[in-house]
Amino acid sequence: MKVKMLSRNPDNYVRETKLDIQRVPRNYDPTLHPFEVPREYVRALNATKLERVFAKPFLASLDGHRDGVNCLAKHPKSLTTVLSGACDGEVKIWNLTRRKCVRTIQAHEGFVRGICARFCGTSFFTVGDDKTVKQWKMDGPGCGEEEEPLQTILGKTVYTGIDHHWKDPVFATCGQQVDIWDEQRTSPVCSMNWGFDSICSVKFNPIETFILGSCASDRNIVLYDMRQATPLKKVILDMRTNTICWNPMEAFHFTAANEDYNLYTFDMRALDTPVQVHMDHVSAVLDVDYSPTGKEFVSASFDKSIRIFPVERSRSREVYHTKRMQHVICVKWTSDSKYIMCGSDEMNIRLWKANASEKLGVLSSREKAANDYNQKLKEKFQYHPHVKRIARHRHLPKSIYSQIQEQRIMRESRRRKEMNRRKHSKPGSVPVVSERKKHVVAVVK
Amino acid sequence: MHATKAAKGLLALSQQEELVDLPTNYPLSASEDEGDGDGERKHQKLLEAIGSLSGKNRWKSAERSEASLKVSEFNVSSEGSGEKLALSDLLEPVKPSSSLTAVKKQLSRVKSKKTLDLPLNKGEVERIHREVAFSKTSQILSKWDSVVQKNREAEQLVFPLEKEPASFAPIEQVFLDWKARTPLEQEVFNLLHKNKQPVTDPLLTPVEKASLRAMSLEEAKIRRAELQRARALQSYYEARARRMKKIKSKKYHKIVKKGKAKKAIKDFEQLRKVDPNAALEELEKIEKARMMERMSLKHQNSGKWAKSKAIMAKYDLEARQAMQEQLAKNKELTQKLQVVSESEEEGGAEEEETLVPDAVNEAQMNADGPNPWMLRTCNRDAQEDEVQADSNELPEPVAHEFSENEGNEKPEAEEDVLLKEFEERRSLRKRSKLNQDAKPAGGQDSATKEVLSELKALSQKLSKDNRLSKKPKESPAKTVLLVQDEEPAPEEEEPLLLQRPERVQTLEELEELGKHDCLPNKELPGAAVEGEQVRRNPQEKLKGKKKEQMISLQKLLTTRTPSVTSVAVPTTVEEQEDEGERDQKQMIKEAFAGDDVIKEFLKEKRETIQANKPKDLDLTLPGWGEWGGMDLKPSAKKRRRFLIKAPEGPPRKDRNLPNVIINEKRNIYAAAHQVRVLPYPFTHHQQFERTIQNPIGSTWNTQRAFQKLTAPKVVTKAGHIIKPIKAEDVGYQSSPKSDLSVMQSNPKRRSKHQKQLKSSID
Repeated sequence: MKVKMLSRNPDNYVRETKLDIQRVPRNYDPTLHPFEVPREYVRALNATKLERVFAKPFLASLDGHRDGVNCLAKHPKSLTTVLSGACDGEVKIWNLTRRKCVRTIQAHEGFVRGICARFCGTSFFTVGDDKTVKQWKMDGPGCGEEEEPLQTILGKTVYTGIDHHWKDPVFATCGQQVDIWDEQRTSPVCSMNWGFDSICSVKFNPIETFILGSCASDRNIVLYDMRQATPLKKVILDMRTNTICWNPMEAFHFTAANEDYNLYTFDMRALDTPVQVHMDHVSAVLDVDYSPTGKEFVSASFDKSIRIFPVERSRSREVYHTKRMQHVICVKWTSDSKYIMCGSDEMNIRLWKANASEKLGVLSSREKAANDYNQKLKEKFQYHPHVKRIARHRHLPKSIYSQIQEQRIMRESRRRKEMNRRKHSKPGSVPVVSERKKHVVAVVK
Repeated sequence: MHATKAAKGLLALSQQEELVDLPTNYPLSASEDEGDGDGERKHQKLLEAIGSLSGKNRWKSAERSEASLKVSEFNVSSEGSGEKLALSDLLEPVKPSSSLTAVKKQLSRVKSKKTLDLPLNKGEVERIHREVAFSKTSQILSKWDSVVQKNREAEQLVFPLEKEPASFAPIEQVFLDWKARTPLEQEVFNLLHKNKQPVTDPLLTPVEKASLRAMSLEEAKIRRAELQRARALQSYYEARARRMKKIKSKKYHKIVKKGKAKKAIKDFEQLRKVDPNAALEELEKIEKARMMERMSLKHQNSGKWAKSKAIMAKYDLEARQAMQEQLAKNKELTQKLQVVSESEEEGGAEEEETLVPDAVNEAQMNADGPNPWMLRTCNRDAQEDEVQADSNELPEPVAHEFSENEGNEKPEAEEDVLLKEFEERRSLRKRSKLNQDAKPAGGQDSATKEVLSELKALSQKLSKDNRLSKKPKESPAKTVLLVQDEEPAPEEEEPLLLQRPERVQTLEELEELGKHDCLPNKELPGAAVEGEQVRRNPQEKLKGKKKEQMISLQKLLTTRTPSVTSVAVPTTVEEQEDEGERDQKQMIKEAFAGDDVIKEFLKEKRETIQANKPKDLDLTLPGWGEWGGMDLKPSAKKRRRFLIKAPEGPPRKDRNLPNVIINEKRNIYAAAHQVRVLPYPFTHHQQFERTIQNPIGSTWNTQRAFQKLTAPKVVTKAGHIIKPIKAEDVGYQSSPKSDLSVMQSNPKRRSKHQKQLKSSID
């Protein structure tokens, strides 16, 4: 009879000091660790479930406005500061860490149509229904001083939007035409128009900063070149575009939030076909903002929800809604790419996590490793039906849910009708038009 | 329309050229200089004259008086005529007059030049501008293509993209808000503080600075060299001392001791010569030490330690030796200083004393005269030794000597006897043990002989020394005893032996001693052999047993081999190891003796094959066209006719695998977890399967690989503002000019736009 003895060398498992890490002996022989795919599958399933369990995106609601929040602006240098303009002409500056309003200004009579901070963060500009452009200091007035704008420009027409240049002391307003202003002057340096409709929003390209994009209420998106003081191109879509946002990492891509419930990502060099049509909203999309990483964007809609879309996907990865949140008018993605803010009709600004199940605060290295692993597992098994089902499942308000059903039926019937028409007409007379091309009416040079 | 316009343009141009080229004293220009009305009239006349000259356009010229839509300054119009007005028409009338050659020339020059195109309308122009600007912008933007592509395909993107430049704060600033936290840091901090170590350059304490100032360079160099040498020397001596300390050689130590003794003697001699009183004092000191020793119970085996050792001594050789050593020490200490009896050389005696101050007592005792008590014990010892040597079975007990040396005055007979018995028994045990030990240590007899011869040589040498130095008499028994005592570990005690040369007196005694030594040693081998015999016997017995066992195992193997032969495994090497396994197999076989698994399996397989076979369809209707009723079967013919044979299904996958059943039915429970269609980016199912089959967990991958596999695609840091990508971030050069300055340096467009703006405001 052979006697088997256990013999162990303490060097293999005893730490030299108590501060050493524990040695975990591993044997990577694959025969000792069978069933790798099923085991990882189960892990992926669990990770997906846990992600849903921990998905608690809502962080805070900033209340204090006395009318609907019409516009939001980020501070370019500080993550904690947010500016918001309301429909009663009030501008508030918020501190996000304290979740408190730090300053309130009665800036305009009527709506505050647009707000933007200067690139250095020392002052900000507002435009309102009272046909004025006002510049304000970011810091509050001293004790006993009146709250007064640094500069007020009285215009001839109503300004509907404003954006500041990313490097130079130049800002652009829109209304009847797009005006480029030097900060030192009271008249615009140049104004560009093409057609005679009111322009509702203007945005500077953050990378090639001389390019501007605007959208007018005659359903078109116009691009301008500030240096040559000329419009570049115009694309006419099915319906009106409410606003556009440039991708901060890809100089020629921008996304347009359209009234026809969709968002369109364009390559500005090829406007005849959008790069991607993002559809999931069930009502007009009112605002869009890119994540600073340029990989995702968030859109606010009239359907009382905000959605997060990956840039290259046509369907949203996340939808946020609250019972009390009404039509969302403006939305911003914070500059550290971790949070989303949205201002809505019912006078509140809400703060959300960009990743619903992300743990806030400091993570230990093990936590981080586990997190990464789970993320990769979810990615790996994302096509498996159970994982997919759990990952995609969202509770939606009844209104949105029924709207989705309804629109699906509508789309289906439209598709069926087109198919029937194609079937019963001469071959080739009813061409197949891709979804991307369908919504572009024309490109005007 | 077009033509007129062209002409107009041309004329305007020609006029311009005229303005430039014509000399001021030219008549035409002079006429122009005149008043408007006058000039007009004259011009009219001129034109009329030209008209009359040609005689062609008379009626046209009459029409000219009417208000025309297009009025030019030359009143030249082809309107209504439907003809084109060519330059030649204008030149024709000029031909004859030589005064107008200059004009002619100029006009011909104009004619040779190309005409400008018609300026496009505003909308067209703007469109062209837009297109140009657009293509320019697209070109500028297309430099980002590669960057976008790279970022989209990147394994990992870390935001913010721009690296924060490492800022180097001056060290004082860093130190301002730094505190020593850990004890080590505090210690270091204190040290630095104590030395007033400055943190910045020149990093010298005030003391160091002062010393630098105090010493010149050469001095410092010399001093440094000295210090270096001293350090080197010190280290050398240290090393030497360490080396010497490590030396195990007894001979060396012997020599060293001798040297020391000699030195001591010399010193004493000198002392005696120089200062006899001091020498006497020295002697007294030694004497005093002896007395103290005699008085005290030190080294007399009466202490706690000694008692514990006495108990241990029964079982432990070392303990016994330790006790013996202690006793020996006691003896040495209590021996009286030898007073030189015969010779008056006090110095010599003293010399001896200093040489071995501890070990001189006996001689003195001898010199003092025969101490009957001491003598008695000595003699007795000797006798016992002799007895022991003779008998060889019973080496004289050591504890016996203790008991006598302990200095207990009264002879406790009973106790003594008891102790003696104890010791005897113990020594017996020890002897046998020793014999056993001796055998494996060396070549049995030869080894012991060698030891013996060595001892002999030693003793001879000693005797020689003694004779030379004319050592005083000494009881032979003592030496014998000593030697005998040392016998168990002769090598260890060599230096002790050598330390007392003065005790061995005569050659005869030494011879005797040699005999004594010899005898037991001679006797030893016999005992050893006997012991061996005894020991060998059990071994042989064991061997026999083993053999028996082996055989029995062999038997087992042979009985079993037939059943194992089919498994063609080279078992020769692992036979021994296989024993256990085989036993286990046997056990399992016994345990599951009843059930035949293989048969069951085959049966199961047959059943499943049968169940999965497509069934024949029997459409026979009993009673149709035939008699029906109980126990009436449809005819075979009919059955054959209406039986629809099922088509042969595809061959089973397990038809060539006898011990496998492959279930070819689709498992719906598993299917619920499987991907039904190939997902988008993959073009072949193998691609997709490969991505699934490669595990990414740390269970299957090394730490490094795991980290690499699970690295997230986008990494962002909390609390860091991510700015839009810049040209500098990706290595492009951004335009040095600001957009505003570029715009303002474009005056034409700007002015135009301002004009536009003005018009729009108006």
